[in-house]
Amino acid sequence: MSERTWVKSERQVQRERVRRNRAVRSGTVATVSTIAFLGVLAAVVTGSPGWPRVRETFFDAEAFARAWPDVLAGFWTNVQIFLIAEPIILVLGLFVALARNLRAPAFFPLRALAVAYTDVFRGVPTILVILLVGFGIPALGLQGAPTDEITLGVVALTLSYGAYVAEVFRAGIDSVHPSQRAAARSLGLSHGQTMRHVVLPQAWRRVVPPLLNDFVSLQKDTALVSTIGVVEALRQAQIYAASTFNYTPTLVAALLFIALTIPMARLTDHLAARSQRRRGA
Amino acid sequence: MSLLTIEGVWKNYHGHSVLRGIDLSVEAHEVVCLIGASGSGKSTLLRCVNLLETVDDGVIRLDGADITDVRTDADEVRKSVGIVFQAFNLFPHMTVLDNITLAPRRVHGVGRARAEEEARDLLDRFGLADKAGAYPDRLSGGQQQRVAVIRALATRPRLMLLDEVTSALDPALVAEVLEIIRELKAGGMTMILTTHEMGFCREIADTVCFLDDGVLLERGTPEQIFTDPREPRTREFLRTVLDARRL
Repeated sequence: MSERTWVKSERQVQRERVRRNRAVRSGTVATVSTIAFLGVLAAVVTGSPGWPRVRETFFDAEAFARAWPDVLAGFWTNVQIFLIAEPIILVLGLFVALARNLRAPAFFPLRALAVAYTDVFRGVPTILVILLVGFGIPALGLQGAPTDEITLGVVALTLSYGAYVAEVFRAGIDSVHPSQRAAARSLGLSHGQTMRHVVLPQAWRRVVPPLLNDFVSLQKDTALVSTIGVVEALRQAQIYAASTFNYTPTLVAALLFIALTIPMARLTDHLAARSQRRRGA
Repeated sequence: MSLLTIEGVWKNYHGHSVLRGIDLSVEAHEVVCLIGASGSGKSTLLRCVNLLETVDDGVIRLDGADITDVRTDADEVRKSVGIVFQAFNLFPHMTVLDNITLAPRRVHGVGRARAEEEARDLLDRFGLADKAGAYPDRLSGGQQQRVAVIRALATRPRLMLLDEVTSALDPALVAEVLEIIRELKAGGMTMILTTHEMGFCREIADTVCFLDDGVLLERGTPEQIFTDPREPRTREFLRTVLDARRL
């Protein structure tokens, strides 16, 4: 290769100057339009006839400060619930998805059970599952059955979300191209070995974004266990609201949930973008 | 006794017969080349031999044992029959070395150290020693296909099936894959291959079979098939292929 050094041509210098100017102009336009939009929005809200009332009941700084410690303590219960539920849901979902993929006749009951489970628990609203489990299981009076509301809440959420997660796993397994299975089987790997070494590792990468999406949803739905008497963030906020007729504590709870779900959502986006890039590569 | 005999094999898809009573026998160390237009049933026949497809009628025997018997354990058969696909089908989440050692380790119970040593020997032999730790998407098509051949070889098959292994490659990369097949023949490997590379087919095959619409129409030595085909359909096919080459 011959030695060459690059000296930017006049044309290239000119080109880069135009590009720079254009970038500055785009930034300015975006900033101005955002400020204008927010200004109009604020004017509409604060100019509405009910605004003074709303400000008093929802944005009361003093009530905010008073409710904060208890709502935060309640929120810790929400965090515990989903931290316990998530790993169990992953295992249950994977197990159900694999059960649906079994073809041997001996496994028919297992497969049928897996189908029935996803059909039922995807069909019933989560709040109903929580009420049925929360009040139904203790009512059975079975020895050893849990009676603690938090445990019952975890059980109910696990049953409900396990069905969704199973479907996510199944879609991931089905998304691996049949030729990969053919290649593995042609090398003599059994169905189980093919799943374990070839299909699942590839499916796993693809299901991480939708799984995290379901977990964001689960984190919010931990508030539903308040219906069976668990004193978590929402219930704690409601207790304050009921005694003071001020709804600022609900705003506290909302902010806490947002503080948790937004980072999770960004992580999901990040992972989705990364797998997109990988597939493009 | 022939290593492989195929007797009266039929295969139907959605009411259409893709294989219509195929008879073929392959001796040990023989290289059989299947030619024919796309859709003539060449790939389907290979997939039937590997039991990736179940035949709808007829018998396939490997070493005299009926492998199309419904009680046959397909995994056992596949331990001695390797197949290489047109689209490589390497496992994208594994390195080259892991792709090659997967079956020896999991199916044949070879220890990791020995499996890797053998894999490295094979990679070395086929000029891919420096690619052991690479992922398939970092390799060229020709390199990927060579790894796919090595992966099939690593299980020490008695019979290799090569399904249009050069069709997905650009012309500059075809040669390196053909070279590896020449080496296999030199090593005495029994092979059935389908190909559109007529020149290569003529060079490497002991026997050439022409398939037309699911029927094995003509069978002979490369010399006979390419210079003096008996069947008009064979003559027509070869003329079309050679005309296309000239363009």
